[in-house]
Amino acid sequence: MVYHHTVGNFNFTFPDLKTVLAKASPEKSGDEMAGLAAKNEQERIAAKLVLADIPLKQFLNEEIIPSETDAISRLIQETHDSKSFQSISHLTVGGFRDWLLAYETDGLKIAQISPGLTPEMVAAVSKIMANQDLILVASKIRVVTKFRNTIGLKGHFSTRLQPNNATDDAKGIMASTIDGLLYGVGDAVIGINPVSDSADTTLRLLQMLDKLRHQYEIPTQTCILSHVTTTIDLINRNAPVDLIFQSIGGTEKTNSSFGFSLKTLDEAYQAGIELDRGTVGKNFMYFETGQGSAHSANAHHGVDQQTCEVRAYAVARKYKPLLVNTVVGFIGPEYLYDGKQVIRAGLEDHFCGKLMGLPMGCDICYTNHINADQDDMDNLLTLLGVAGCNFIMGVPGADDVMLNYQSTSFHDQLYIRQVLGLKRAPEFEEWLFKMNLSDRTGKMLEVKQGSKLLDL
Amino acid sequence: MSDASNSWEKLKDFTDARIALGRTGGSLKTQELLAFRKDHALAKDAVWTPLDFTLLENELENMNLDFLRLGSEASDRETYIRRPDLGRKLSQESIAIIKNSNPSPADISILIADGLSANAISTHAIFFLEEFLPLVDRFSLAPICLINQGRVAISDQIGELFSSKISIILIGERPGLSSPYSMGIYLTYNPKAGNTDEKRNCISNIRVGGLPYAYAAGKLAFLTSEALRLKLSGIDLKDTFDSQLLKNDFGKK
Repeated sequence: MVYHHTVGNFNFTFPDLKTVLAKASPEKSGDEMAGLAAKNEQERIAAKLVLADIPLKQFLNEEIIPSETDAISRLIQETHDSKSFQSISHLTVGGFRDWLLAYETDGLKIAQISPGLTPEMVAAVSKIMANQDLILVASKIRVVTKFRNTIGLKGHFSTRLQPNNATDDAKGIMASTIDGLLYGVGDAVIGINPVSDSADTTLRLLQMLDKLRHQYEIPTQTCILSHVTTTIDLINRNAPVDLIFQSIGGTEKTNSSFGFSLKTLDEAYQAGIELDRGTVGKNFMYFETGQGSAHSANAHHGVDQQTCEVRAYAVARKYKPLLVNTVVGFIGPEYLYDGKQVIRAGLEDHFCGKLMGLPMGCDICYTNHINADQDDMDNLLTLLGVAGCNFIMGVPGADDVMLNYQSTSFHDQLYIRQVLGLKRAPEFEEWLFKMNLSDRTGKMLEVKQGSKLLDL
Repeated sequence: MSDASNSWEKLKDFTDARIALGRTGGSLKTQELLAFRKDHALAKDAVWTPLDFTLLENELENMNLDFLRLGSEASDRETYIRRPDLGRKLSQESIAIIKNSNPSPADISILIADGLSANAISTHAIFFLEEFLPLVDRFSLAPICLINQGRVAISDQIGELFSSKISIILIGERPGLSSPYSMGIYLTYNPKAGNTDEKRNCISNIRVGGLPYAYAAGKLAFLTSEALRLKLSGIDLKDTFDSQLLKNDFGKK
């Protein structure tokens, strides 16, 4: 279907829905490099005006990537819940934004319609929203998940402890892990990105973290972020696998470039169900995403990078994950050029994920060739704290010495807890108190020589 | 003010990660905050500082080496950062320079490109070549190409234009917070435009506190002669250099 709008003296024509979505997107260097972005601000606003008037129903009639060629389009079609869609089916994209922002629309109402939303509807509404809209609506939605503790409750905020090491050295990883625990980090997961994807390395690290968790009875989960096929292999070898990890993208072709299909994820999910290691709940999948992945894999089908990203959430939602983490500034300046683009993308991803019903966290991060610095990360951290983000990364000194990028530090999470009064997962909070590491208000206590964690 | 820090300072012995930093309240103490900002300042400047080609050219002249100065299609630093695809292609002008030089086929093309850290190249490239070239003097060498705003894959196009059997590019790596001046080297057998990364062998982290020149040069010489012998590179070329080292003590000083 062709779409038109006039701005000033110019009449803009867009040949199809995916072009409207791309041209309505806030400025991103990745869309510019792919030749999909609006040529100027007039064209961008024309596309937003067009988009605001498109009925949500139209998104069910016009696929942006045909089901015949893409398994994720098929998944989106098959999993669409028309009953949940009913109550908003009369709305346009603009009307949907107004509905989301209305006083009467609370988190419960949003959760009821969420299964009726396709990723394209969610991407569309985000494109006509201001940053404050993304924050306000996201803050209405709570997505609570459980494995050995409870993540995502209102007023709570969790962290992944990320003790990466350039040589997968056990002692180095353990030193960073202890440091993190002493700052009260690690209630979302203690998760290592291994340098080597070999099953033996992964097994060795899994056993080490599992032993630590048992020894101190830490109410959390551990994960080695290996390829899903490596993890399936290790489950078959009875390794102590808590969470099953995979990076995912929003097109079938992106995921085949990552070396897996939806069938692989089905198999992994089944294996996790049979393991049944969760104590307080049964969410065990851990997904990572990030705008630009489909584009860098040359697998975007002419769809803008943010819409591709939300399509990845349709994959995630099928598997009721414990954690979904958008790694927002890692991909480089050719996709997100500067702090402004990273901040916008972080808010979009968090909002869109929550609207899709996912437990969204964010790796608030940048590389040294992006035009951004730690102050931009402070800004995004504060905004996401206000928006009710489920978790962030905790990296020693914000400097990941293995992946060579900067994220958020152990100290950063203490900052956001102080200014917004955010608590950790209740079970973990209790453990810290019991270990004499924090007081009842969540403040860290002085660690004495001879503290149990230092015996290791 | 709590300085509840460093009862666990001894853990620092086990890792380069920034642990046991201490705190004031929940925040970093002044010294640590500014130390981080200093490291980021170095890394950021490394990305944006241009390469001093004249200096490199003087050094190459002193070594009696032929060279050409070339550039990619990325005409300035911002374009280079935004458009990696342009950094992988030679400018039309540079293609003409190579063609006009009437190149005769050679075993090895050596390229030196700024990449994401020109400082890495000005610090390490010449010292590295001084170690490496004597190890491969039985092979023929195309003129050394100095490339402004280059990415790794530009080595395919250049190697192809010279009809070289192997293309080797020395390039500034993306600066890490603790390693702003680190050089990487990529070797490709049968360089052709459109080759992908699995066709390349990589030696990275050549820097102060990283891989020493002599070790990296020995490794690259090993990969070079193996690639020429087996007529391949990349994932099919097994890097057994370290086990060779153990066998014959090569490289021990």
